[in-house]
Amino acid sequence: MDRIPILKFGNALLVTIQVDMHDRLATALEEDLTSKIVEYGAKGVLIDISALEIVDSFIGRMLDNIAAVSRILDADTVVVGMRPAVAITLVELGLSLTGVKTALNVERGMALIHARLKTSDSEDDDAED
Amino acid sequence: MAANVGTVAELVGSSEQLILPEWIDLQKKAGSLNTGRITENELVSQSREFLHLLRDGLAKGGSDASNPAYGPAKQLLADVSRSRALQGFSPSETATFVFSLKQPLFNTLNRNSTLSPAQAAELTWSVTLLLDELGLFTLEVFQKSREEVIVRQQREIAELSTPVVKLWDGILALPLIGTLDSQRTQVVMENLLQTIVDSEAAIAIIDITGVPTVDTLTAQHLLKTVAAARLMGADCIVSGIRPQIAQTMVHLGVELNVVSKATLADALAVALERTGRAVTKQKRQAASEQTKTPAEKGQ
Repeated sequence: MDRIPILKFGNALLVTIQVDMHDRLATALEEDLTSKIVEYGAKGVLIDISALEIVDSFIGRMLDNIAAVSRILDADTVVVGMRPAVAITLVELGLSLTGVKTALNVERGMALIHARLKTSDSEDDDAED
Repeated sequence: MAANVGTVAELVGSSEQLILPEWIDLQKKAGSLNTGRITENELVSQSREFLHLLRDGLAKGGSDASNPAYGPAKQLLADVSRSRALQGFSPSETATFVFSLKQPLFNTLNRNSTLSPAQAAELTWSVTLLLDELGLFTLEVFQKSREEVIVRQQREIAELSTPVVKLWDGILALPLIGTLDSQRTQVVMENLLQTIVDSEAAIAIIDITGVPTVDTLTAQHLLKTVAAARLMGADCIVSGIRPQIAQTMVHLGVELNVVSKATLADALAVALERTGRAVTKQKRQAASEQTKTPAEKGQ
């Protein structure tokens, strides 16, 4: 079965969705991602959906689920590169993904995750002091 | 019966030279030319053509206006009606074109000595019915053309009134003017999101100074736009909520769970701050220099 590759990128995981998502692929991604977060101790998850043209409520819910699971495992989820049509569809479906952070492109998404890592680092430093 | 109507067709053919001037006179009296929107030549040629087509229709299709033989006549009426609707004729002026033909036709029937009074009355009745039907058809086409004009204008207004303006690098403004219905929201949303992608903007300011009323539906549309922009990775600020509107919104229990500022200027200040910029007054370099120009500092 096809699987979506998950790349380790420093403290973060990078997922680029290049194919049309079907439900089984989405479930597999959710499982893989969860185990990878634990395995690498990732602090951030970046999901690039700039190539995704079609979304349905299931994929929308999957994004929300991934965000919720990562939050429990102490990792931030950033969804980047959403297309206008996809954004409108999700809003019309009533899924505004309130638990997910968003950014325009991978670069800005990474900046978001790094900003978060930096603040948490400094908090750790403060705690040590 | 059909043979009788055929007689009318023959009469129209043979006494065209009498009917046409009388008809055109009547149309002139009704004021068709007064407004100067069409010339006399146009009126004469339209009238002549319609008379010919009506004769053909009478000869082949009897007195039933839904008969396909009246197709060309109706086509002409539709064209005339449509062009008059666009030229700004009133409905009654347009309908007069057909209805004023009644009198010349009846006169022709009366002048004809071969018809008995009973026959003449019967023919008059069928011609009346036929012309009434054609007149109503004219009005229907007129109405339809006017509606087309309205729809086209609505579309143009929707497109014209939703510009997305770039205020600064990465800061967009969307000045909304007029009421926000679902159709316009769609256009606004698509415009805004596409511009966010094109200009890689991080902040969008939605200015609703020009929106006359904000009810629950409008608020919902605004929130949808904000949510869609957030999904694209851009933050939204709503500005320009007028005092009365703010009061109404609170009374209605409408909640906009977004950052809102009183004026576009305030919103821009916040946007600049968030993107790590600040606007400061320039210190006066020399006594002679009177003008103060804001300068971009930082970043």
